[in-house]
Amino acid sequence: MTFSTPAGPVQALADANLAIRPGEFVSLLGPSGCGKSTLLRLVADILTPTEGRIEVAGEPPEVARRRRVFGFVFQDATLLPWRSALQNLLLPLEIGGDARRGRAEALALLELVGLRGFESAHPWQLSGGMRQRVAIARALITHPQVLLMDEPFGALDEITREHMNQELLRIWAATGTTILFVTHSSPEAVFLSDRVVVLSARPGRVKLELPVALPRPRDPGVKETVEFARHTAALRRALESEGGRR
Amino acid sequence: MTAAGVRAAPDESWRLVRRFGLPATGILGILTAWELAIRAFHVPAYLVPAPSLIARTLVEEWPTIQRNVGATLIEAIGGFILGNGFAVLLAIWFVHSPAVERTLYPVAVAVRTVPIIAIAPILVLLLGNSYAPKIAIAALISFFPTLVNMVRGLEAVEASALELMRVLSATRAQVFFKLRLPSSLPFLFSALKIATAACVIGAIVAEWVGADRGLGYLIIVSTFEFRTGLLYATTAVGSFLALVFFLAIEVLERLVVSWKPGTLPP
Repeated sequence: MTFSTPAGPVQALADANLAIRPGEFVSLLGPSGCGKSTLLRLVADILTPTEGRIEVAGEPPEVARRRRVFGFVFQDATLLPWRSALQNLLLPLEIGGDARRGRAEALALLELVGLRGFESAHPWQLSGGMRQRVAIARALITHPQVLLMDEPFGALDEITREHMNQELLRIWAATGTTILFVTHSSPEAVFLSDRVVVLSARPGRVKLELPVALPRPRDPGVKETVEFARHTAALRRALESEGGRR
Repeated sequence: MTAAGVRAAPDESWRLVRRFGLPATGILGILTAWELAIRAFHVPAYLVPAPSLIARTLVEEWPTIQRNVGATLIEAIGGFILGNGFAVLLAIWFVHSPAVERTLYPVAVAVRTVPIIAIAPILVLLLGNSYAPKIAIAALISFFPTLVNMVRGLEAVEASALELMRVLSATRAQVFFKLRLPSSLPFLFSALKIATAACVIGAIVAEWVGADRGLGYLIIVSTFEFRTGLLYATTAVGSFLALVFFLAIEVLERLVVSWKPGTLPP
């Protein structure tokens, strides 16, 4: 599978090609254990493939990682509990050695994710949704071309999750970042994405590639339309046949 | 404002009673029962002294106790710093080198299993009659719990936090100082609190084996001379020393590990 990120192609799986346009929002959907998180970690150079070749921006993922081509958002916010929201945001810059000039930008990003006034709050003082907002802001602070998101709202309750979906679309529109989003929720994938890629279980390969033909900007009302139902139904069928095969 | 103040006041005073009043009542109750029992059954003072006698001895013999408390304090604090410092450094080495951990961990366990009472004379033989063997024993006794807790603390890092550091291309030093070390601090402080009492005990036990000063020396002397009041007073001072030490570490913990949510009031 080759992802063409704005920075270049990313080859992750051999037998499928997938080109992602700059600024596009693509979701990876699949049953648990289909390797979608693994795929994301291969792209992010958290894992090294045992065989095969991956390229990000025409370079090995390691080079892309060092050049900070992508930001990563984990399922749990992974904030450092001893740091305030602002200090958590500044962590990537500190590690890159340029924290001093980032403060104003970090405050602007906190405002972008709707956490103005919470800069000195510690993670235990924030709700699950707020923690995930900080994590998104932290991933954005290095100006990544690509945002890799691994079920970022999977641990949130339904109401918070729907709200965060809208917030993510707003942030995406404001930043113009390309997003590769892993989820196991079909409605979430349809609501967010330009395109949904259904992965089959091991060995991971592309089962279905569904362009989402819903107009933007989207509001939650879109979920009540026939078009929306048609999309989720197509995804459900692809996932069901997948379940039957296992 | 006034209404809230009026309503809050009884809660506040009740909280203070629960926090300080109840423990004080418990301690005073035991001391009173002790005093009354000694007087009622006419227990001789050389066997068990009454609390009043111990208090009087403490005041009368204070110059003697004061002369000896300094030595024990130096030994306990010296051992505390040495033992814990070495344990922390070894734990850091372990976490960065599994081979070293596999080689030295059994040695650390073996050292731990040697009874302190047995090793004290050996150390006195080796290091002489000065501060050195006492500091060594206080260090030995506080070393192991800190080593175990510190290794656990340094390794108790979420997998996703390590992945985050990887994505951010953090160096090993950055992973250590920005992630592992801060997350190990609560573990370290639990161990340090155990070590406070342990190193005072270590210093006193070491003084039994051979010393001409210190609380342990005073305990031995007063036992041989049947000065039971002094024996009890010395023991109380030793216990107070450990308590002050413990509280100091607790205060330090609150200052350093300040990100932990405070325990909610009951």
